[in-house]
Amino acid sequence: MYYLIVFLPLLGAIIAGLAGTSLGTALRASFASPGGDTGHHHDAGHAHAAHDDHGHDHHHGPMWPAYLTTSLLFVSAILSWFAFVGVLHGAETVKVPVLSWIHSGTLSADWSFRIDTLTATMLVVVNTVSALVHLYSIGYMSHDEHQPRFFAYLSLFTFAMLMLVTSDNLVQMFFGWEGVGLASYLLIGFWYKKPTASAAAIKAFVVNRVGDFGFALGIFACFAVFGTVEFDALFAAAPSAVGKTIHFLGGDFDTLTVICLLLFMGAMGKSAQFLLHTWLPDAMEGPTPVSALIHAATMVTAGVFLVARLSPLYELAPNAQTFIVVIGAITAFFAATVGLVQNDIKRIIAYSTCSQLGYMFVAMGLGAYGIGMFHLFTHAFFKALLFLGSGSVIHAMSGEQDIRKMGALRPYMNVTWIMMLIGTLALTGFPFTAGYFSKDAILEAAFMGEGNPAHLFAFSLLLIGAFFTSFYSWRLMFMTFHGTSRADQHALEHAHESPQVMLVPLYVLAIGALVAGIVFAPFFIGHHEGEFWGSALFRAAGNEIVHAIHDAPKLVVWAPTIAMALGFGLSWLLYIKWPDIPARIAAQHEPLYKFLLNKWYVDELYDFLFVRPAMRLGHFLWKSGDGKVIDGLGPDGVSARVVDITNRVVALQSGYVYHYAFAMLIGVAALITWFMFGGAH
Amino acid sequence: MSGWPILSLTTFLPLIGALFILVTRGDDATAVRQMRWTALFTTLITFGVSLILLINFDKTQTGYQFLEQAPWMGGMMTYQMGVDGISLPFIILTTFLMPICIIASWGVEKRVKEYMIAFLVLECLMIGVFSALDIVLFYLFFEAGLIPMFLIIGIWGGPRRVYASFKFFLYTLLGSVLMLLAIIAMYWHTGSTDIVKLSAAGAFPAEMQTWLWLAFFASFAVKMPMWPVHTWLPDAHVEAPTAGSVILAAILLKMGGYGFIRFSLPMFPDASLYFQPLVFTLSVIAIIYTSLVALMQEDMKKLIAYSSVAHMGFVTMGIFSLNQQGIDGALYQMISHGLISGALFLCVGVIYDRMHTREIAAYGGLVNRMPLYAFVFMVFTMANVGLPGTSGFVGEFLTLMGAFKANIWVAFFATSGVVLSAAYALWLYRRVVFGKLEKPALAHINDLGYREVATLAPLLVLTIWFGVYPAPILDVFGPAVEGLVSNMKLASAAAALALQ
Repeated sequence: MYYLIVFLPLLGAIIAGLAGTSLGTALRASFASPGGDTGHHHDAGHAHAAHDDHGHDHHHGPMWPAYLTTSLLFVSAILSWFAFVGVLHGAETVKVPVLSWIHSGTLSADWSFRIDTLTATMLVVVNTVSALVHLYSIGYMSHDEHQPRFFAYLSLFTFAMLMLVTSDNLVQMFFGWEGVGLASYLLIGFWYKKPTASAAAIKAFVVNRVGDFGFALGIFACFAVFGTVEFDALFAAAPSAVGKTIHFLGGDFDTLTVICLLLFMGAMGKSAQFLLHTWLPDAMEGPTPVSALIHAATMVTAGVFLVARLSPLYELAPNAQTFIVVIGAITAFFAATVGLVQNDIKRIIAYSTCSQLGYMFVAMGLGAYGIGMFHLFTHAFFKALLFLGSGSVIHAMSGEQDIRKMGALRPYMNVTWIMMLIGTLALTGFPFTAGYFSKDAILEAAFMGEGNPAHLFAFSLLLIGAFFTSFYSWRLMFMTFHGTSRADQHALEHAHESPQVMLVPLYVLAIGALVAGIVFAPFFIGHHEGEFWGSALFRAAGNEIVHAIHDAPKLVVWAPTIAMALGFGLSWLLYIKWPDIPARIAAQHEPLYKFLLNKWYVDELYDFLFVRPAMRLGHFLWKSGDGKVIDGLGPDGVSARVVDITNRVVALQSGYVYHYAFAMLIGVAALITWFMFGGAH
Repeated sequence: MSGWPILSLTTFLPLIGALFILVTRGDDATAVRQMRWTALFTTLITFGVSLILLINFDKTQTGYQFLEQAPWMGGMMTYQMGVDGISLPFIILTTFLMPICIIASWGVEKRVKEYMIAFLVLECLMIGVFSALDIVLFYLFFEAGLIPMFLIIGIWGGPRRVYASFKFFLYTLLGSVLMLLAIIAMYWHTGSTDIVKLSAAGAFPAEMQTWLWLAFFASFAVKMPMWPVHTWLPDAHVEAPTAGSVILAAILLKMGGYGFIRFSLPMFPDASLYFQPLVFTLSVIAIIYTSLVALMQEDMKKLIAYSSVAHMGFVTMGIFSLNQQGIDGALYQMISHGLISGALFLCVGVIYDRMHTREIAAYGGLVNRMPLYAFVFMVFTMANVGLPGTSGFVGEFLTLMGAFKANIWVAFFATSGVVLSAAYALWLYRRVVFGKLEKPALAHINDLGYREVATLAPLLVLTIWFGVYPAPILDVFGPAVEGLVSNMKLASAAAALALQ
């Protein structure tokens, strides 16, 4: 069954990718000519025919790849739910070997699946959202001529993500890790004709690689210290490293802290945490279903999953945990402030995602892994819902994404409005929706985390973040669906409700956003928590945070809800009641507004600190280093002298090849002579 | 099979093919056709014979197999051939790539006879390098291999071919003279040219090892090439014809790494340990420096050449980490780089054949007309940046892991190379393949033809296969590397004891 869950998406990706796209046509066409510039005319005719086939006969390419990949994904998703229900009341860790992989000396890393509650949770999240996004894309991408390629990429992504969550060692996890990075790169750059999309794709890949740099070093450190990269052996060996130090970059540091921080660097890249977050907003250049699947529900949560998976290591590295709490809290706050002033509907949700990931990391750093995973679980539903809902708006508005050019759209798309409303309620933590259970639990946990000042710091930032979240979410709702219309008349004429194929996934996700909290809270964080997680999560002795949250003071319990209500109220005042005030505030506090609008100028800073210097240095090393110094002193200088001499001594210009052959011959002759005579006596 | 000198047969089969081509008369279309087919058949048969080697190879043994010995030069030297797990994969790589190179050269119209002969002679010499077990024999193969390569660049190369070959000449001459002196000194000291005997522990005193090591280093470092003696490579690549670039990147560069593993480590273990910091420093500089330079290149071939230097930096780093993961990784990286860089040069060749320029700025938006090309190029670009699931990952990962065990600083800086490689490779891809097809010259460019598919498809399959299932290669050189590493440990322990 696990084979099917993981490999069906790959199968779909391969078939759709090779046979369904223009690759298949191009491959068939290739047999007509050998290539190169020979047979040019003949060739042109063929290629043209192939082109026509795509361009005119049917605008969107064949439909079967879409149906095929979607069906396979639904099979995977249903099987995943079976697996998930199987672990609801506890289960043994199941291991399924697949194939041997890298063996070198004592290092061994194999392809295999490790299925426990943590994996099963991720399987459900990934496959459910992926299947729904596939279905939704049949409608959303119906006008796109490269639609088969799109579905191939989506399925490829799903496969890589499944390899990541099922891995039994760090190296396979790294495979999935970089694999989802590849798929993300391909999907962000899907509309390759747009230069901004290509640039965003590269940025996503490279920034993720910065994180992967840390991840890779973490893996090397694990192997150097523990002699293994497999989870069970690693977890068994971890306690022996407590209190030991490692000599790393000129200083002696606590071994486990170093390892955990290096691995966390990978998590920061993939989950777009502060400092490595810059790629996520740009990633919105990709088609909206991609944003829902990859940049909201699944891939970006991989970092959270990583920390949960390695809880036996993190539990033993309290300094690393504190670091995670601080980074998570800063991200949650930072992204929420930026989200306040953005005008692109997708970017607002992207910053919201970034911010919510910060919440999850705070939970992870607190040692409240179950709570963090619960928020990951519920977030997948309501954030995918919000993205797909905004996709429905964008689709209806012929590609318009600026909420300043929307307004009063509710009559045109009532269903979408309801769906977005549900998503917003769940995100802001309206009582008894999904977010209410998971997000509030994180705040309570932060408050109850004993004695550590970082925890109180995190609590304050998260609380302010909750207020901002509510504000920007309602701002988005009001500016899009309510108030007065600022839309282009032409766009409004075409505005329409989306087809059922796009709405059905919204219904399913909306149900999740409403009830996932109340149904699954007992398992993830409530009474059945212990048996549900079993051995999948590790908590050090004395880590009672999951139980401590039940004793949180009433005020703390109510605080997030109050913050939410305040955010809603302020938003209503500013965008419904007195809609001309926001502009005045922005004008009065222009530096602050610009600071937020430009995302704290992090991109500009990086450009100044890293990108330009690297380019300048590269150019300098090339022209001056290679050109002037090495070649100038080396071959060119020597050759200039040699040419001078040869010109004087030999009037004849001989070919260099013969020079060399001659020198060789002399060498060999000398050698033989030496052996003959030198060796004889 | 045992009665047959199968190794010599593999080595010299290409020469028989070359002889056939030599006696082919006329230079009309039929004769040229005949020459091409003869060359292709010869290389295919050689590949087939080399597979017999692979099948009959006993993976559990650490020593040399298929040994052949014959007295030579009146008993002064021995013609001695044999392979172990370290050399065999390189022989297979050579015989595998040759037919691909011949197919890729189908469009060559200028002096086809000489061209094919040069390639076949080159193949013979390259196989010889990897199977020679006598150091003089090795030297002959090693140095003679340069002559056909030289001719290939010098006759069928681009406009600056004379400059490029001259640069090549200067660098390699320096290295080979020193190596020759070292070989003489080694014979003087031990009275033997047998590689097996010379590799025995304690063959050379520590003092002497230092000098010998440096002399060999001069030759191998140029061949790799290591920073700062790398500048011949970009020029040579730019001027070489496509198939020449493929062989240069895929096989000739590997001779340096092979040399380090075959000679420097087992024969001069103390010196290897002593010079470890030097090699680490040069490797790390190579990785970062050339990656930065690659970022700024405007010529596709130059960019890939610089990327090769960076990748070879991982190889030298892995070799001199002196542990199993590092050396396994270095060997794997060499094989994998042979496939990937070869394929990348073929990819450049594909569009060069159509547009006659390697200028990156002359392209853009190729995916619109060449989806198949875009796909193939994407796979190899990703393999080049070491994406897991491609063969590029396994080697890079293992070398870094080995380096981390030896020295954390080195691993730290070298790992940053993976960020840079992603930047330059993806940026190249974006500028060439993505975007709108706006240049009028590209409006009628055609996708891959069947001949190009035939050259790229095998490489693509192997790149992925070895990324997912590297055991066929790792298992072959595993035991040999294990033997090498344990010998090294013994030697250095003995040296430490002697010091006390």
